[in-house]
Amino acid sequence: MAESRRPLPRPTPETQHFWDGTRERELRLQRCDACSQVYFPPRPFCPACASRKVSVFAASGRGTLYSYVINHRAPPGSGFEPPYSIAVVELDEGPRMMTNIVGVPQTPEALQLDMPVEAVYEDFTDQITLPFFRPLEAS
Amino acid sequence: MRPGSVAIVGAAETTELGRIPDQSQLQLHADAALNTLADAGLTPADVDGVATAGESPTGVAHYLGITPTWVDGTAVGGCSFMLHVRHAAAAINEGFCKTVLITHGESGRSRIGRGGFSRPAASLQGQFEAPFGTMGAPSTFTIPVLRYMKKYGVTEEQLAMVAVVQREWAARNPRASYRDPIDVDDVLSSDMIAYPFRKLMCCLVTDGGGALILTSAERARDFPQRPVYVIGTGESVETPMVSQMEDFTTSRAFRVSGRAAFEEAGIAHGDVDHLMIYDAFAHLPLYGLEDLGFVGRGEAADFVEERNTAEGGKLPLNTNGGGLSYMHSGMYGMYALQESVRQLRGTAPAQVKDARISIAHGVGGMFAASGTIVLSNEAR
Repeated sequence: MAESRRPLPRPTPETQHFWDGTRERELRLQRCDACSQVYFPPRPFCPACASRKVSVFAASGRGTLYSYVINHRAPPGSGFEPPYSIAVVELDEGPRMMTNIVGVPQTPEALQLDMPVEAVYEDFTDQITLPFFRPLEAS
Repeated sequence: MRPGSVAIVGAAETTELGRIPDQSQLQLHADAALNTLADAGLTPADVDGVATAGESPTGVAHYLGITPTWVDGTAVGGCSFMLHVRHAAAAINEGFCKTVLITHGESGRSRIGRGGFSRPAASLQGQFEAPFGTMGAPSTFTIPVLRYMKKYGVTEEQLAMVAVVQREWAARNPRASYRDPIDVDDVLSSDMIAYPFRKLMCCLVTDGGGALILTSAERARDFPQRPVYVIGTGESVETPMVSQMEDFTTSRAFRVSGRAAFEEAGIAHGDVDHLMIYDAFAHLPLYGLEDLGFVGRGEAADFVEERNTAEGGKLPLNTNGGGLSYMHSGMYGMYALQESVRQLRGTAPAQVKDARISIAHGVGGMFAASGTIVLSNEAR
């Protein structure tokens, strides 16, 4: 298990499938059965057309780096060691999600926008596994 | 709202700004309110509408001894006060109340009598943002900017210019926290906070407050101060999660709010003499200039660099020094409104000559919400 001082999510009934998925090394998104919209974060209806008929599916776990900052300020005991990236990845399926880019120096030179990335998973508790992303080339 | 049907007849800030360790947050609301009541020649007994954010309208009304017939506790972050102005105008027109007091007070620096921010672990932000180390505004509000900079070829030097020009305005304001001139090198050599943001691209953290009093245009003529008429208003929200903005290079809430305010006022961009854009960070004036339509997409950085927003430029912007140099308590929107009122009364320290129309445009949360108020010192 990794350190767990960082704030960890508490799943709700609407998001449990996502966190069950990361524990099993899967990035689970939702798709609307009516209009085919793929969306994130989880909810039991489509944000595009309001249909309640939606399905969970395993996404590819691949995407590109959309934007980020490199945070240089984190108090001791926060669970974060600066500098570290706080990034938003655009998934190949469309939605964007926040994450950390790992396995690469936390520098502007190493973190190029639009570079391909893939999900990696880190267990923090028996219940919670966070999805991080690393450059695709590093796999 | 009927353009020009409601006016601001009282406006003042707290007696002190900056570091106020001997007053609670609630007292900062009261200090601003009392100064504003004096400005308008009123007492709390004359007020029948109360709007506030940060504290509850119940708490503020009780503390000041006001018995309102209308309250508004809309709290969508730093632009809440723009929304209060809009809602108050509607309420006055509807006859719910006659005299509205809008208060802001925030012990942002000293943190006296102030609750903390908490993001429940089961909220969407708690589940899908906080675990990745977002630590308040400096490391969150800033996340979209690299995408904006890449799309439009904006440089760190240009981002720094926003702070440089605003410091020039602050230098003319005796109440500004930072008044010493800075240049681009100073900004780019200041401490790294969250790449690409340096310390001087980030807002201050200070204590203070401000308040406004609104009434109908008919009654406004009987007040001691020159009335400042509300001629256009807008509001919107997009998402509480910055990671879920639909486009990192433009704010939907800015666009919707700004468009509504312009349409209601029936003005063109060339009619605007003075502009305030809530600047929690240096990229916000760039987004604001574009999303309000003052410049085209990707043109704001050049517009600032070419000194159009500086003294003598065609669009004086953030003339109090802004959140970057004047003050920033946490919910800065009130100070943007205060400066617009000062400019239209003709009492601003860095007065724009013959200013007749001013816009105060606010942001709430991290591009989460927006409010836009168009003001004029001419009756309609």
